[in-house]
Amino acid sequence: MNAFLSNPQLRRYLWPVAGLLLLLLINLIISPEFFNLTFKDGRFYGSLIDVLNRAAPIALLAIGMTLVIATGGVDLSVGSVMAIAGAVSAYLIVSGVDSLTVIIAGGLAAGLVGGMINGLLVGYMNIQPIVATLILMVAGRGVAQLINEGQIVTFQHEAFSFLGTGYFLGLPFPIILVIITFVLVQLLMRRTALGLYVEAVGANASASRYLGINARAIKLSVYCLAGLCAALAGMIAAADIKGSDANNAGLWLELDAILAVVIGGASLMGGRFSLVLSIIGALIIQTLTVTIIMSGIPPKFNLLIKASAIILVLLMQSPRFQQQLSSLMLWRKRHG
Amino acid sequence: MKRFLRSLYTTALASTLVVASSASALTVGFSQVGSESGWRTSFSESVKAEAAKRDINLKFSDAQQKQENQIKAVRSFIAQGVDAIIIAPVVETGWQPILMEAKRARIPVVIVDRNVAVNNDTLYLTRIAPDFELEGEKAASWLMEKTEGKCNILELQGTVGSSAAIGRMKGFNKVLAQYPDAKIVRSQTAEFTRAKGKEVMESLLKAEGGGKNICALWAHNDEMALGAIQAIKEAGLQPGKDILVVSVDAVDDALKAIVDGTINVSVELSPHLGGPAFDVIEQYRNGKKDFEKWIRMGGKVFTAENAAEELAQRK
Repeated sequence: MNAFLSNPQLRRYLWPVAGLLLLLLINLIISPEFFNLTFKDGRFYGSLIDVLNRAAPIALLAIGMTLVIATGGVDLSVGSVMAIAGAVSAYLIVSGVDSLTVIIAGGLAAGLVGGMINGLLVGYMNIQPIVATLILMVAGRGVAQLINEGQIVTFQHEAFSFLGTGYFLGLPFPIILVIITFVLVQLLMRRTALGLYVEAVGANASASRYLGINARAIKLSVYCLAGLCAALAGMIAAADIKGSDANNAGLWLELDAILAVVIGGASLMGGRFSLVLSIIGALIIQTLTVTIIMSGIPPKFNLLIKASAIILVLLMQSPRFQQQLSSLMLWRKRHG
Repeated sequence: MKRFLRSLYTTALASTLVVASSASALTVGFSQVGSESGWRTSFSESVKAEAAKRDINLKFSDAQQKQENQIKAVRSFIAQGVDAIIIAPVVETGWQPILMEAKRARIPVVIVDRNVAVNNDTLYLTRIAPDFELEGEKAASWLMEKTEGKCNILELQGTVGSSAAIGRMKGFNKVLAQYPDAKIVRSQTAEFTRAKGKEVMESLLKAEGGGKNICALWAHNDEMALGAIQAIKEAGLQPGKDILVVSVDAVDDALKAIVDGTINVSVELSPHLGGPAFDVIEQYRNGKKDFEKWIRMGGKVFTAENAAEELAQRK
């Protein structure tokens, strides 16, 4: 245990994981049915699966957001990109396209274009990331509404719906998509030098430039990746309800994604990142949401509870807070 | 310099003339909540169509479900000096200051749809709105008749604090209070959206042991009901049979679901609020000052018997 705590690499995992376990423990006490897990009709069924399934869009956004934040940026447009990708897919289906490849390619292309706009503005025009991505955050939802002509477009397409409601190996398909995306991005970042470059750009952009790293291209590529992740999340959301709701798809989800990365212990100043921790952050957020629903607490307390729990998780991670807490304990021991 | 001033003066004069000539047509600012549901879209469309028909210059502002956007929009309407303002408020509270500003600028305000909580009802002319409480009562009465007063109900609430959610809940619970064997076992908000309706329903069903003891779902709007029926299906139950589905709005998709048998009943919420709102504004300009503070609209109940007919009529 001491060896575990003294290893700074592993120590980073301690508090986010502890936070998640604490939440699960609370569930064990207030609503034990949370842990009911049955296997019926060839699929797992239970609240734990729901948490994983519903956390999928946030987890996908968080994967992209982690890299963007690692370069010292932030992408506020991912929620709107979700809405655009969903709207493009729905538009293609409704206008008679049957090929799943074309529909998915259309959605992903929308995400890529969105990411590219952000990346060019941030990387090549040197516009502040918050401002650059805010443009697409506000305009993007309008674009999605324009594609949908202000309506909620509903569709019937078995293969596309599978993205949101299908099952594979007994698990909801969105979970599988998150795992695939995670493995691909993790390999790309850690088996090549790309991850190191991303961290270098975030830690010190000018130093990395003197080292010969093309910081602009790195920034462009992480925003593109974030756009692609958002597009995938958007298609899952649309496939889930068999409809594209431009107004509500991904609404405020960019904030959840940033929160997931922050709960995972990443610094908004850029630098070191961990995809696993961000996904744990996403799981904490979704577990909290499901916990509140299962607990039967009147809905007016939802946001208050969510905020308090998240402040607690963040405090637990703050070295300053830990220090003060331990010195308080010490003081009590001496005087008590 | 002198010449410059003179040219400035003439342009200023010319522009006042332009303003004066365009002032003959009525200019109305309309601050809409957003387009979060099919019902809301029909509502916006009906206001736009009605304005075009009456040759009214409509300034439409979509607030994307945020009150601060609505307040900004109303403030800009006041700055532009419109003849009247129509507000469809997103929540009840927080309207006092901006309505005072409108009053000080002598611009009449008509509230449509949801209510505003202000301590002085001279701040607006009238409110044109459906009676949410009555809708809740009608939904509950239908359900109690169908189940003979014995029912465990799951409730999907609308956005917390919206008057639609508060009113529908109040009306429904008022009727429910007369039936000791009927009760709401779980209640949670799904923010009036389809995706949330599905997500929340999934968890509620699991919290109730798979939903076998649940007799009905009471959703505060059709969108949530439409999401929830997908969750009911995925839990291996039949919406409309194993779990009765009762909701409000009667949008096209819900009527189709009623025809398919997955929703049992939907109480209509008329989206055609534009006409009556413009009527009030025109009457006010013709000198009428005392309006009833609440003009009630809608409330027709749609079931399997009359849904198909209505759907055919709407096309």
